Amino acid sequence: MSKRIKVLKTYKIFIDGKFPRTESGRYTQLKKDNLTIANVCLSSRKDIRNAVLSARNAFESWSSKSAYNRSQILYRIAEMMEGNKNQFIEELILQGEDSNKAILEIDQSIDRIIYFAGWPDKINPIFGSVNPVASSHFNFTILEPMGVLGIVAPEENSLLGLISSIIPAILSGNTCVTIVSEKLPLCAISLAEVISNSDVPNGVVNIITGSKDELAPHLAQHMDVNALGINIDNKELKNQMFFQASNNLKRVVDVSKYKIEDSSFESPYIVKKFMEAKTTWHPIEKDFTSSNNY
Amino acid sequence: MSSKIKSLKYNGKWDFSPSIESIENLSIQKEYQLFINGQFQQPLAKKYFPSINPSNEQQLSRIAKAEAEDVDMAVKSARAAFNGQWGKISGKERAKYIYRIARLIQEKSKELAIVETLDGGKPIRESRDIDIPLAAAHFFYYAGWADKLEYAFPNRFPKPLGVVGQIIPWNFPLMMAAWKIAPALATGNTVVLKPAESTSITALLLAEIIKEAELPPGVVNIITGDGSTGNLIVNHPDVNKIAFTGSTQVGKSIMENISGTNKRSTMELGGKAANIIFEDAPLDQAVEGVINGIYFNQGHVCCAGSRLFIQESVYDVVLRKLKDRMQSLLVGNPLDKNTDIGAVNSKQQLATIQKYIDIGVKEGADIFQLNCELPKSGYWCPPTLFTNVSQSHSIAKEEIFGPVLAVQTFRTTQEVINKANNTPYGLSAGVWTDKGSKAFNLASKLKAGVIWANTYNKFDPTSPFGGYKESGHGREGGLHGLNPYLNLE
Amino acid sequence: MILDLKTKVDKLGLEDRVSRITKRSLKSEAKLQGLKMILSMIDLTTLEGMDTNKSVEQLCYKATHLHQEFPDLPNVAAVCVYPNMVKTASNFLKDSKVKVASVATAFPSGNSSLEVKIQETKEAIFNGAEEIDMVISRGKFHSGEYNYVFDEIATIKETCGDKARLKVILETGELGDYDHIRLASEISIKAGADFIKTSTGKIKPAATLPITLVMLEAIKDHYYNTGKMVGMKPAGGISNSKLALQYLIMVKETLGNLWLDKHWFRFGASSLANDVLMQILKQKTGVYQSNNYFSKD
Repeated sequence: MSKRIKVLKTYKIFIDGKFPRTESGRYTQLKKDNLTIANVCLSSRKDIRNAVLSARNAFESWSSKSAYNRSQILYRIAEMMEGNKNQFIEELILQGEDSNKAILEIDQSIDRIIYFAGWPDKINPIFGSVNPVASSHFNFTILEPMGVLGIVAPEENSLLGLISSIIPAILSGNTCVTIVSEKLPLCAISLAEVISNSDVPNGVVNIITGSKDELAPHLAQHMDVNALGINIDNKELKNQMFFQASNNLKRVVDVSKYKIEDSSFESPYIVKKFMEAKTTWHPIEKDFTSSNNY
Repeated sequence: MSSKIKSLKYNGKWDFSPSIESIENLSIQKEYQLFINGQFQQPLAKKYFPSINPSNEQQLSRIAKAEAEDVDMAVKSARAAFNGQWGKISGKERAKYIYRIARLIQEKSKELAIVETLDGGKPIRESRDIDIPLAAAHFFYYAGWADKLEYAFPNRFPKPLGVVGQIIPWNFPLMMAAWKIAPALATGNTVVLKPAESTSITALLLAEIIKEAELPPGVVNIITGDGSTGNLIVNHPDVNKIAFTGSTQVGKSIMENISGTNKRSTMELGGKAANIIFEDAPLDQAVEGVINGIYFNQGHVCCAGSRLFIQESVYDVVLRKLKDRMQSLLVGNPLDKNTDIGAVNSKQQLATIQKYIDIGVKEGADIFQLNCELPKSGYWCPPTLFTNVSQSHSIAKEEIFGPVLAVQTFRTTQEVINKANNTPYGLSAGVWTDKGSKAFNLASKLKAGVIWANTYNKFDPTSPFGGYKESGHGREGGLHGLNPYLNLE
Repeated sequence: MILDLKTKVDKLGLEDRVSRITKRSLKSEAKLQGLKMILSMIDLTTLEGMDTNKSVEQLCYKATHLHQEFPDLPNVAAVCVYPNMVKTASNFLKDSKVKVASVATAFPSGNSSLEVKIQETKEAIFNGAEEIDMVISRGKFHSGEYNYVFDEIATIKETCGDKARLKVILETGELGDYDHIRLASEISIKAGADFIKTSTGKIKPAATLPITLVMLEAIKDHYYNTGKMVGMKPAGGISNSKLALQYLIMVKETLGNLWLDKHWFRFGASSLANDVLMQILKQKTGVYQSNNYFSKD
């Protein structure tokens, strides 16, 4: 009886709801103990370009969905992840994590998605306002999503860190292009698979693997990216991104300030960072007979 | 407008064939028990009462009647659950239980819709498209609050109240159960809920769902019974809060009963909402809004737009459009997917409606009723309109809770504001005008808890609902809906 | 006469009403009756640059021989072609009850002089057109020259005389919003349209249920103001029976019995007829049908 030959997985990138290879044809070998565990796409700036295009196209309809609808979709991501738990655990272990920690990380990730799934329809009641202006106007402030976000996920905590970078950013209606951990990219692709199974519209989340040093600047300088959410240890690269982002005044959120592993990460304030406030005025006509001045 | 122009006819040439929802796979139990401490159990005195299908007067099932000992057992198990498991688990875990309930409602939505229609008389299209989805949405919405309460009220770390007693009406049975249970659970309370006597079955199916969701025993208890059962809950010393939706009359007596105790309360009571059409309103949509506001759900809606105010300059046109639109309303078998107006919920309610129709005629208003064939058995009332109504008529003052609309005219904004507010009720109001600044003016002046501008009868779990004055106090839905279930001191 | 944006339409309320209508459930007898009515209301249309005499004749044949197995089915109402094909169609259809409709007035853009439009209309009628489908000048409409739009329609109506009924195409997809569609409807009706029609079918969106509802309401108000009936024709984008039945239900619940007749309501469609036939067959036999059994023209 011969041993069954395993069917090995090919790790591609995730753009516009599909799984293409990098346009550049390049790859890197992910090794552990000198064994190749995977060939991972070494993406290029053209992949970034395509991903941003896709994210921009997806923004209008994702942000017009009702908050309830987006909640349902996020909740579904959590459901799908729960169903695919073992796949994630295996990959985390393959990347070198100890099995107990792996189980903890996936449980925490799923629970964190569920936490954030409850926020879309609660941000505005808390952070929006009706403003009692002195003139006879109905004046209200609402928070709206910004548009296309460039996200750089942390090197460590490859799954929890990735979830924590993406979910709070998209729940309000933003779409994103995410550069994932260079050393530990496997879970990112499995996450892409889960996302593509979860009724998330194409282009809302785009996942790119490769060299952070090479790719991040393209995101930082892209004129059609509205904001960045970055979690970068390398101070030089981080500062460079802040600098480059100034070319169209992208808002830059330094996510590394938040403790990813801690439950204190779970808060609406990080969601708020990726939203803009819009204030609207409309007259309230007073009665003909009861007016003060005329 | 020439009166010689014949009214358009809408029926007789191409009428809908019956399109009856199949109930083949449905099974309603012959008898339902009380749901206490996570189990279905018989009432101690073993008394039951029938639940009737109001569209054919057939008995659907027998429902348990809870008496003092049963109520006591329910409250005790709710208290134990509050002091035990439910009080100890984190908001995150509470959220997951509530999400399970929401999901299960979605999965069983067809069955729930059909049972709701059979038990209460409302058209299957309404149960299917409005009642059940909104019920699930409420659970989803409040599940999301369970672990976020520290953000809801600045500078406060809220605490639950304990055991809440909830009494709900028969007009939106499952949806009302969701409106009550979801926020109570999200905030960490435990529940003793009494569904309305004539519509208990979907609440009991919800009990089955709660059991399937593996909620710890005692967290939700469903106690069926009649008015006396409700009283027992209200007066039970170990209930921390009473939430009641029903008539103003009963609401007043509940408030009397709990006065002098520490019990918190929310009351969601009756209404006599004004629906106001200005001459610059989008008239066809306004008419649709009026129809929606008073005829759907057979007018059994606390926030029904039962008083229509038409600006005099467009009176003839609006009335003509109203009467024409009424011609396309179908009254009949609630299981028929085309039925717009189903059966009146009970014999008593039909008698009440009929009483008011008689009063209206006697008081001198002019009656217009849809001329349609009504089924031989069951409780039915065709959509009815009274014109030449004055502000002092009983039909303009008292809540009828049926498909009866009282029409008045007005000339100026100030006049209609005065007339609209001239009522002890204050639940809701509707304003139809194309001018935004006018809509906001009316919104700022009308004394009602819910103002619908250029729309009517819209509900959403995020939108607070509740009344002023004798329509009650407290809000359900939205961030405000958390308040009544929390201790913020 | 003052032509202005007087009648207001609330988009959300309008779409709510449409949503209720789409939830109507048509079964058995009512469905079959509806399908047959639809068939009788179709204006079988070919308006292609590459139309030839033979392709037009083929369409006319189909119009008069819908399905060999069910001779009891009604014929379509009309065939609709470009003015240079009217003679061909008219010759072919001279012994049938199927009417010949012709587009005119520089269809689809309407961007020509009034003289050219009048001439085109005259020729079409001379060659046998019994119905004229004209387009309004959308450019003039958007410039606010409502009187021009009105006058143009009135002139073409005069040209038609009592020889042909005039359908006025609003090209709703170019009008902007429902308030404007309502205004265009009122202008056309007051200027003498026998029918108001949604679209040329050459752009998207063509006909939609909410657009149609706005137009039906305009027709209803006109009826109650004057006692006169005006017909309505949604065109383009109605390729399946389910949707067509929803339109018909909308007519029934808005205008009632009088308009459930090909003299007052038409569908501008080409592939709809086959789908209706398939549904009729399914109703009669209980079996879902395949495209292969119905001739494609």
